[in-house]
Amino acid sequence: MSDQKPILALRGVNKSFGPIDVLHDINLEVRAGEVLCLLGDNGAGKSTLIKIMSGVHQPTSGTIEMDGQATGLPTPRAASEKGIATVHQFGGTFPLMSIGRSFFVGVEPTKGWGPFKVYDRKRANEIAVKAVQNFGITRIDDGDRLVGGLSGGERQSLAIARAVHFGARVLILDEPTAALGVKQAAHVLRIVNEAKRRGLAVIFITHQVMHAMAVGDHFAVLIRGAVAADFKKGQKTREEITDLMAGGETMANLEASIDGYMASHDGHPPAPVH
Amino acid sequence: MSPFLRRPEAAAIISLFAILAFYAALGGVNLGTLFGAASWLNFAANLGIVAIPVGILMIGGHIDISIGAMIPAGSMTIAILSGYYELPIWVGILGTLSLAAVVGLVNGILTARTTVPSLIITLSTLVVMQGVVLAGANLLTGGSSVALTSPDWAKSVFGSLIGGSHQVVIFWWMGFAAILAFLLHKTRVGNWVFAMGGDLVSARNAGVPTTRLTIVLFMLSAMSAAFVGMCGAIQFNSAQVSGGMGYIFNAIVSVVVGGVVLTGGFGSVLGIFVGTITFAIVSQGIYFTDIDRNWSSLIIGVTLLLAVAMNESFRKFALRSGPKPRASAQAIAVKA
Repeated sequence: MSDQKPILALRGVNKSFGPIDVLHDINLEVRAGEVLCLLGDNGAGKSTLIKIMSGVHQPTSGTIEMDGQATGLPTPRAASEKGIATVHQFGGTFPLMSIGRSFFVGVEPTKGWGPFKVYDRKRANEIAVKAVQNFGITRIDDGDRLVGGLSGGERQSLAIARAVHFGARVLILDEPTAALGVKQAAHVLRIVNEAKRRGLAVIFITHQVMHAMAVGDHFAVLIRGAVAADFKKGQKTREEITDLMAGGETMANLEASIDGYMASHDGHPPAPVH
Repeated sequence: MSPFLRRPEAAAIISLFAILAFYAALGGVNLGTLFGAASWLNFAANLGIVAIPVGILMIGGHIDISIGAMIPAGSMTIAILSGYYELPIWVGILGTLSLAAVVGLVNGILTARTTVPSLIITLSTLVVMQGVVLAGANLLTGGSSVALTSPDWAKSVFGSLIGGSHQVVIFWWMGFAAILAFLLHKTRVGNWVFAMGGDLVSARNAGVPTTRLTIVLFMLSAMSAAFVGMCGAIQFNSAQVSGGMGYIFNAIVSVVVGGVVLTGGFGSVLGIFVGTITFAIVSQGIYFTDIDRNWSSLIIGVTLLLAVAMNESFRKFALRSGPKPRASAQAIAVKA
């Protein structure tokens, strides 16, 4: 797999908002059938990076390449037309719309002619239900149900199935498991594996190391806007990754310092630092 | 959970029957007389023509309260153009609708291009248009009331009484409701309205032309309000600078009773239609009962609360109505 060209690559991408540098010299690539896990603590620049890859923000310098060609992603629309789909934490979108209707927003199937072209509810429902069932979510069988009635994991799965159905090649998953319970998170991870099996390039953003290690082929740790580590599956242990994410300070040191503080303050833990 | 209760209009229909039962049982109203009466139907028609586009706008995530000024603006414009300046009536009609289109365009552009809530934007245009109508009428005609004589055809199309009691506007209302129901529930554009009200950013990213859609919806509500004012001026042969403010709250009450969610993304034209009828029967039907009519506002308030409470709980049912989450573990079987 590694000899093939990356579908999406960032080369020396910098991003600053006015005087504030948010991303420094980011180099990342992701290939078909590969899951790239982007790890980082809150404020490390993950969201900005996602927004650059999904066309919301433009890099201040550096290039974005698709299939080896330098390209621009001026708008979210342009990004999705190039096959980059972003799925947000809550599966996005429209809790009070039916599964069929929300699946086809913007590309609704119609029947009839001229001014009497009507939305084809039956076909939309059929296609939507089939697409999500193909991903193994057989519990969804009625396209008229409201999206808001689905569980968090099912909503994520629906959003991923939608992206794949409309020809996504790169799937950006923004903290898909953050708000989910253990079982629901496991479902989403299985869906991620299924997307990978189908040859999609998946960029999986998370700060949960366990989830990343369950599906990731390739890992990048982001600290204060820079890629602090870039390694393949099996090259680092869970503890090492967690320590990296905490900004180089090891968890063991942190625990020791908390213990030391408590010993000198009558057993009271230090006030949390935000 | 029956499919009926999952629908946005369920609470409005139940409220309507509850009000009718209440009036029949405690108010001693003869339902036959009530249904034959024109007063509430005329009231509902005028209100409904405004309430449906306002409701669709609310489904799309916005609100338009400038309709309160567009109603007198509509009647004043046609009266000044075709009454005071004696231009042909079609010039007056065209002028009225064009003015409303411009106001709607301004509302729409400001809402789509800024992050100011549409409540504030249309509050501004409401006050601005009140000033424009008042000052404009005084400046051009020297008074606050203008007479209008319409040709017979215009009178019969826009401002006649059928059978001596029912305003022709009733047919406009029904036609309008049918067309907008088709557009909202059966076409792609209708789906875009729901998507925009559900999540503006996601809708835009999915390719919905949200700016254009917002502008069109605001133009529709301004023009329908001006249309109601225009029909009133044609029917009563005169226009006043005041009036119309009651429509703001009445329209919003009808829309909310009709099952539209205030935050957008959920509702139906049928619901707004029935909500308007419910509102009209509560406020006008009370004259047919033994109940002191001063109580009608209280009944409206209680109806509104009950309808909204029903809407909320039905929506929760609708969201829950599916297989239990517990079953999901077995149901998921990903091909490895």
